[in-house]
Amino acid sequence: MLTSLKRVLTFATNDFSRNKGISVAAVFVLVIAIMLVSGLFFFHGMVGYLTSQIQNKIDITAYFKDGTQEQDILNVKDEILKMSPNIKGVEYISQDQALASFNEKHKDDAVLAKALQEVGSNPFLPSLNIATNGDPEQYAAVSNTLQTADYSKLIDKVDFSEKKDTIEKVYSITSNINLYGILFGIILVILSILVVFNTIRLAIENSREEIRTMRIVGASDWFVRGPFVVQGIIYGVVSFLICILLSGLFSYFLSSKIGVVLPGFDMFGYFLTNWWIFVLIQLGFGVWVGVISAVIVVKKHLDT
Amino acid sequence: MIKFNNVTKIYSDPNGTPNVVLEDISFGIKEGEFVSIVGKSGAGKTSLVRLILGLEIPTSGEIYFENVNLADADASEIQKIRRRIGGIYQDYRLLPKKTVYENVAYIMQVEGRENKEIEKEVAKVLEVVGLEKKINNFPDELSGGQQQRLAVARALVNHPDIIIADEPTGNLDPYNTYEVISLLQKMNQSGKTVILATHNRETINKLGKRVITLEDGKIIRDEAEGRFII
Repeated sequence: MLTSLKRVLTFATNDFSRNKGISVAAVFVLVIAIMLVSGLFFFHGMVGYLTSQIQNKIDITAYFKDGTQEQDILNVKDEILKMSPNIKGVEYISQDQALASFNEKHKDDAVLAKALQEVGSNPFLPSLNIATNGDPEQYAAVSNTLQTADYSKLIDKVDFSEKKDTIEKVYSITSNINLYGILFGIILVILSILVVFNTIRLAIENSREEIRTMRIVGASDWFVRGPFVVQGIIYGVVSFLICILLSGLFSYFLSSKIGVVLPGFDMFGYFLTNWWIFVLIQLGFGVWVGVISAVIVVKKHLDT
Repeated sequence: MIKFNNVTKIYSDPNGTPNVVLEDISFGIKEGEFVSIVGKSGAGKTSLVRLILGLEIPTSGEIYFENVNLADADASEIQKIRRRIGGIYQDYRLLPKKTVYENVAYIMQVEGRENKEIEKEVAKVLEVVGLEKKINNFPDELSGGQQQRLAVARALVNHPDIIIADEPTGNLDPYNTYEVISLLQKMNQSGKTVILATHNRETINKLGKRVITLEDGKIIRDEAEGRFII
């Protein structure tokens, strides 16, 4: 068995190196397909980053009545956090923090500063900024709860109705990007698989007579199929090595350019953080498509 | 050793029209015999060879290789039978991406023989056919005659029980034809069963061995010391 395996490996490596044209073509097509899949994974990362950035900027605010005790507000904060796992965070903004933030934001605006001085006291209300996973229904649920009798004695108003349209629009856009991204990705992956399959099919079709001869001399199915399957693995591994190198180089050199379009997104950092996922996707896709294509095409010739 | 019992083989054309290539064929071949199967092109010679190799299943009737009914044999049994047959074909059927050495060695590798034994046997058989200086060449670097000699070497290396030669001299000049036929005769003298399918009248008439004559898929003559008469 070991001798047989060694022979199959030798046949495969010999065939790979002797059929340079076909091997280069198969690896080239596989590299394009793997890079397409890797590109989709980069795209997925960018969309995820963009979505989270937008969603982080969306929240609703519950303004408490003037004179509400801080402890009461913190109790409400704890209760909100316990409401649902979809609540990402609740931030307490005291009256003083609200004033300080306003002053900082409008420090160059003399008119506003004067108006504030004329008011005399701190006009801002203490509040809780609530962020959920972005789903408008979650925001509506939080808003509705805060407007029930239990909380209405403490809460002056919740600004959900003012932000409702924006929240729904953002949620719809991000959901659609994700949905169409997945659909587009699936179509591209299927197309890639078909292109690779056809390339490997053509490569093996070239050996059709050879397979027939092997059968005539009594080679077992495994002995005929083995070298082609191993060649499929070699195509996959060689393509993976090229692709992982290209992915690293592309993400390194494109990182600054993508950073201009998508501030804060570090493409190379994303590649390094998800290194093993890239390895799994590229190696898995390359080897899997290479092997499955070889198995299917050789089986067809063994059956006829 | 090989027995055909009322074998009929019908192919279907792409439009579904049946094409009878062998009709109710019955004959037997004993161990050590030299049998020539002759007939015009399209008489059914190659179909008969493919049936013996288990590459085709008869439409009706039975083919026995020793006691194994080829129609009932599983893939592994068929493979074992094929390993006992050395095949020589008009189109050589060499492995184009393997060297001369590898083409011959492949037959022994299929059987799982040891490398040392393979090296020894391949060197010996390549010397017999005069290709010992071409071991690193690929088939497309050889002449037609050399390619056929390589096919002969491949057929002989495993010391098969049967040698099937399907139009082995079809692409050869008279000198190479003589060489191949002489080799087949030598193999037969050493006890091997030889089945030669050909339409080379001159070769058959010189052999003076058993001749089965096919015409339109039927056996019209089966003579112990036959001649090619159509």
